Parts: sequence; C-alpha cells; structure tokens
Amino acid sequence: MASEAHAHGQAETLALREQFDTADQQKDASTLGMWIFLITEVMFFGGMFAAYTIYRATYPTVFAIASTSLNVTVGAINTCVLLLSSFTMVMAVRAGQLGQRRLIVIFLILTLLFGFTFLGVKAYEWTEKYEEHHMPGQAAFHLEGTPLQGPAKLFFSLYFAMTGLHALHMVVGVGILTWLILETRKGQYSAEYFTPIDISGLYWHFVDIIWIFLFPLLYLIDRHLPK
Amino acid sequence: MSTAVLTEREHYLNNGYSLKSWLLTKDHKRIAVLYFITISVFFLIGGIFASLIRAELATPAGDLVSSETYNKLFTMHGVIMVFFFLIPSVPATMGNFFLPMMIGARDLAFPRINLLSWYLLIVGGAFAIFAMVAGGVDTGWTFYTPYSTTYSNTYVIATALGIFVAGFSSILTGLNFIVTVHRMRAPGMTWFRMPLFVWSNYATGVIQVLGTPVIAVTLVLVFCERVFHIGIFDPQLGGDPVLFQHLFWFYSHPAVYIMVLPGMGVISELVSTFARKPVFGYPFVAFASVGIAVIGFLVWGHHLFVSGQSVYAGLVFSFLSYFVAIPSAIKVFNWTATLYKGSISYATPMLYAFGFIGLFTIGGLTGLFVAALGMDVHVTDTYFVIAHFHYVMVGGTVMAYMGGLHYWWPKMTGRMYPEGWAKLSALFVFTGFNLTFFPQFILGYLGMPRRYHAYPAEFQVLHVASSLGATVLALGYVMPAIYLAWSLKYGPVAGANPWGASGLEWQTPSPPPTHNFEEIPVVTQEAYDYSRVREEIEVG
Repeated sequence: MASEAHAHGQAETLALREQFDTADQQKDASTLGMWIFLITEVMFFGGMFAAYTIYRATYPTVFAIASTSLNVTVGAINTCVLLLSSFTMVMAVRAGQLGQRRLIVIFLILTLLFGFTFLGVKAYEWTEKYEEHHMPGQAAFHLEGTPLQGPAKLFFSLYFAMTGLHALHMVVGVGILTWLILETRKGQYSAEYFTPIDISGLYWHFVDIIWIFLFPLLYLIDRHLPK
Repeated sequence: MSTAVLTEREHYLNNGYSLKSWLLTKDHKRIAVLYFITISVFFLIGGIFASLIRAELATPAGDLVSSETYNKLFTMHGVIMVFFFLIPSVPATMGNFFLPMMIGARDLAFPRINLLSWYLLIVGGAFAIFAMVAGGVDTGWTFYTPYSTTYSNTYVIATALGIFVAGFSSILTGLNFIVTVHRMRAPGMTWFRMPLFVWSNYATGVIQVLGTPVIAVTLVLVFCERVFHIGIFDPQLGGDPVLFQHLFWFYSHPAVYIMVLPGMGVISELVSTFARKPVFGYPFVAFASVGIAVIGFLVWGHHLFVSGQSVYAGLVFSFLSYFVAIPSAIKVFNWTATLYKGSISYATPMLYAFGFIGLFTIGGLTGLFVAALGMDVHVTDTYFVIAHFHYVMVGGTVMAYMGGLHYWWPKMTGRMYPEGWAKLSALFVFTGFNLTFFPQFILGYLGMPRRYHAYPAEFQVLHVASSLGATVLALGYVMPAIYLAWSLKYGPVAGANPWGASGLEWQTPSPPPTHNFEEIPVVTQEAYDYSRVREEIEVG
C-alpha cells in the first residue's frame, strides 16, 4: 500500500514534458545540457586564465610580490568552506536518489550556509584590499616592495575580475539553492525525479572547482620563489 | 490538398491568436517566426546604415556626414549586421523551425530555454539600439583596445552589454541544438541519415558553445576597464592591447563560421531538392561541417598579421588558414558534383543556391589571398578585406538565407510566393551584389583604406559603381519583403510537399500542426531518397 501511494506520487512529480517520450530521455537531455553549459563556463573563465597566464609569464616577480599581499590563511579557510559545501551538495543529491525529502532540505540548507560563509569571507577580504589601497581603480593605489606599480595593478585587476566573477557565480548558485529548497519543500522531488538537484549539483561543483584553480594561482604563486 | 481542408485543420499558426499565445509560446515554430520578425527589423536597421555609408561614398569629399558620424555609421552597421542579424539569421529562424522537424522530433529539447534565448536577443538588441539613439558608438565593430577602453567617449558600455546579452542568446540556441540532435532523433534517424542542414547546424552549435563565452568575458573585461578602471588591456600599466585582439578574434573568426555554416546546410538541401539527387559524397559534406568547426578555432591569428605577432605564429596561422579552406572546397565541389546528371529545375531557391556557390567561391578564394602573409600586408585594412568579407557574408550567408526562406516559405506559411517576382528579385540581388562589392576588390587593391569617409578623386568611378550596385541590391531586398507579405493572403495554397523534397519536414501538412507530426515518423531510408518521393507523388 505504501508502494502504491509511492507510484501515485511518481506520476505527479515525474513532470515529463511533452517533447520527450520517456523520463530517461528527459533526464539525459537535461544532464547533457548542463554539461554543455559547464563547457561554456570553462571557456568563459578560460579567457581570464589566458590573460593571467600571459601577464604572469611577463611579470613573474611583481605577480609573486603582489600575491604575498593576499591573506593565505583566510583564503585557505575559504577553500575548506567551499570543499565542505561540495560535500553537503553531494549528500543532498544522494538524499534525492533515496527520495528522502527532509534530508535533501537539510543538506541544501547546509550548502547554502557554506555558500554564504564563503561570500562573507570574500567580502571581508575585498574590504581589506580596499583599505590597503590595492584596488586598481583607487587613485591612492600602492603596492609595497616593487617599483612596477603598473604590472601590480594588472595583478589586482585580474584578482578582482576573477574572484569577482567567481563570486557572481556563487550568488547565482545561492539563488538556485534557495529555489531548490522551496521546491523540495513543496514536494516536487522524489527518488524518481530529482534532476534539478542533480544538475544544480554539477553547477555547484563546477563553481567550486574554479576556486580550486583560483586559490593557488592567486594566493600561492610566490611559494617556489627564493625569499 | 484543397483550401477547405487547410482552413479547417488546426496548425501552429491558428492555434491561438492572442499576443500572449505568441509571446509566451514554447513552440519552436512560433519562436522561429518571432526571430524572423526580429532579425528582419535588425536587417532593415543595418541596411539603412549601409545605405548612408554608400551615399556618403558617392563623392570623394566628406560632404554628407562628418567623419565622427561616419565612424558611428560603419560601427553600428557592423554591430547590428554581425551580432543581431548574421549570427542568429539561419539557425534561429530556419534552424529553429526545421531542425526538430527534420529529425522527427516534436520540439527542441528545451522549449523554455528557446523562448528565453529570443528574449535575450531582444534585451541585447534593446541595449544596442539604446546606444544608437543616445548618441552612437564609434569603435568599429571590433572594439579594439585601448581606443574602446580608454579614449572613445561614445556609448561603448551599452553596446558591449548588448552584444554580451545577445551572445547568451546564441549560446543557448547552440546548446539546445546540440542536445536536441543527440537526444531527440526519431526512431531510425541515425546520425548518417540526418539531412546535411542538421549536421551544419550541429557544427554551428559547437562553435557557438565554445566560442561565444570568450567574447563574453572579453567584453566583460572591456566593461570593467571602462567602469571600474581596472586595467587588463591597458598599455600604460604594462598590459597588452594585442591580447584583446587575440581574445576578440578567438571568437570572432569562428563566428564567421557560425554565420556561414548554417547557410551551407541550406545550400545542401536546395541543391539536392532541385537537382533531384542525393548530395554527392554525403559523409564528406557532413564531416566538412565538423572539420570547419574544429579548424576554424585555430586560425584567428590571421587577423593579427600586422599587429606585431611573431613571424612564426604568423606562419602557422597562415598555414592553418589555408587548411580550413579544404573542407569549404569539399562542399563546393560536392554541390557541383551533385548537379551532374541531375534533373535540375530553376525555381527561385535554386537560383539563390547557384548564386551562393559562385559568390562563396570568390569569397573563399580571396580569403586565401588575405591568408597569405605577404599579400595580407598589402591589403590589410583596405576595401579588399571588406569585399572578401561581404562576398562570404552577403554573397554567402544572405544568399543562402534568402534561398532557404523561399524554399521553406510554403511550409512555414502554407502559401506559395509569386515565382516571377521572386526570380526577378533574385536577379536584382545577384547583379546588385556583384556591382556593389566587386569594385571594392579593385579599390582595396589600389589602396583605398577602410573606414574613411573621404577619398582621392581617382577612386570615384569605382565608388559610384559600388553605390549604384547597393541601390539595386536594396531593391532586391525590398521586393521580397513586399511579395512575401502579399503571399500570406493571396499566394496560391501550397500542398504538403510542393517541391517533391525528401526531408521529414515535407511529410507533414503545411503549415505543420503544433506537434509537427500526427505520429512520430519511423525512418528507414537514407537522407535524400527521391525514389520514395516519386512513389508518393505517383500514388497520391
């Protein structure tokens, strides 16, 4: 009798759209669509990584000096926060597979909290940079330890562009998570249909991975240079 | 099929008449019509800018407009035509309408995203038009730094935002096409049974998805440089303006393949239908599309031969640019071979197809001139490049667009266009086009630089010829606007398959029902199988 109610619920929440023949076809299409979208994101960030690579190769010393002005401890903490958020996201997807709605909501809320923590810490770091006159737009811009203030500005231009666009992606992710929580609470998802959670998870991990590249490239580049 | 049946039957056009039923539609066919109306308006706006440019160039003195206004005219002509007409042209209209039908699907994989992508084009277009109305933009459609980031005091930000947003429209269309081709094909529709139009739109989708994000981030950086005064491309900080050129052309060269590949797909359909033969060497033509999409990403450096790029990079880019001509040539040869011993009829779409093959060949071959390192130094930034580009884009893409429009018009509207008028306008387009752009090859070779509103008196004859040609060309575009509109009400009623064509889109009534097919077809034959069509016509 429980399984009958379950089967009934499945028909209601499966949400098979009219252009598809089967639920599998629909899930495959959505997943493929998200992967292709993530490829476009790789290309999007790729443009900035290309700019970064060229300028770092041109001005290695200035980039290393500028890098030391970033707060490695805070950056490392933020990296851990994001990794934890990816873990809770996976757990939310797992709960989706098992159709445990209460757990989905709990894990999504945890992911959301980690996301907010990351953004809060990031805002703190940016404020710090502003107070240290390290924002390229500031008239009083100055970086200690190098006469080449131009390339130093290049570093911070890249720093703010890359972390800024990354944070913008986090904000979008936070929006998606909020929407997912509301939908789950409405009872939209079950073990048969949780594609939105699944593919939002892909997006969240992607944004996480971008940071995994940004952290060493921006914070840790002086480690191999002689002090 | 009698008129009575046509008027009674429910199809995508009479399935709701309210504004809402159009603006919130998820039907790929209605979205295609929305796109068609939108890009027709953009084509008109871009055309008006072009007319003003040609009017100014009728005399050697810069007398009609100031040089500042002229800078804005050619910039806005380029921006509108490239980003708001050519990029969406064939895929967003005919691709949207026919790609699902050709593979036997009820719709694209993501109908809501399809609608969203139309709205994004509208929003992007609104930004661009705002920039024009507010005072224009004068950087050239290429937005080269540091002029665009530091010195231009025109509406660069609004225009860049417009292109950025319209870019997402293009990305989403490409994404939708790729997923649809992978996941929505009817039973029996294998990859090598797909019409070549589908192949070329698939290849286009790959370029849209891989290339467009790069121009998006580049414009974001230009935007940030103007608004937040960061300095990625600023030479005063030690930044490199040429980096902008690399990032810009990494998208914008593949983008010309976004513009021409779907047109090539149209030509494959037209040549086969009106020669009544399968396209010669089908797999080669299919893989040529994919080949162009891949190699097209490796040639952008040929736009930087005189920008201080290293000689070795120039050599490699020159070689690869020659290399990308091979798949294009395969297509031209295979279309020609398809005609051999074909039963050719000279309906209007076929006239455009012939026009395409001839003009694209000239455009392609002159592309080899400018891909040669030495020759390019001589003709860089001259009218030779302008003529080359317009032979491919207008002589190629717009010809294919017009051909496809006439070919599928009966399917889209249920009415035939008037053949006599259509042939006359095709003749106007062809002669007008050649008269406009052939003199520009000579002008460029003689040293007439692009983007100047005044020129030495000895160039006047050729410039006047070009402006005259533009008038004829404009007439050739105005005529279809009138007779196609006329045909909506007064054109002869078209049957399901007026051309005796072989694609699945012709096996459903005209105009098609909302779900395209009464029953999802099961495909058992290769593409372009005319023996079956003959049977159908003989029996029916």
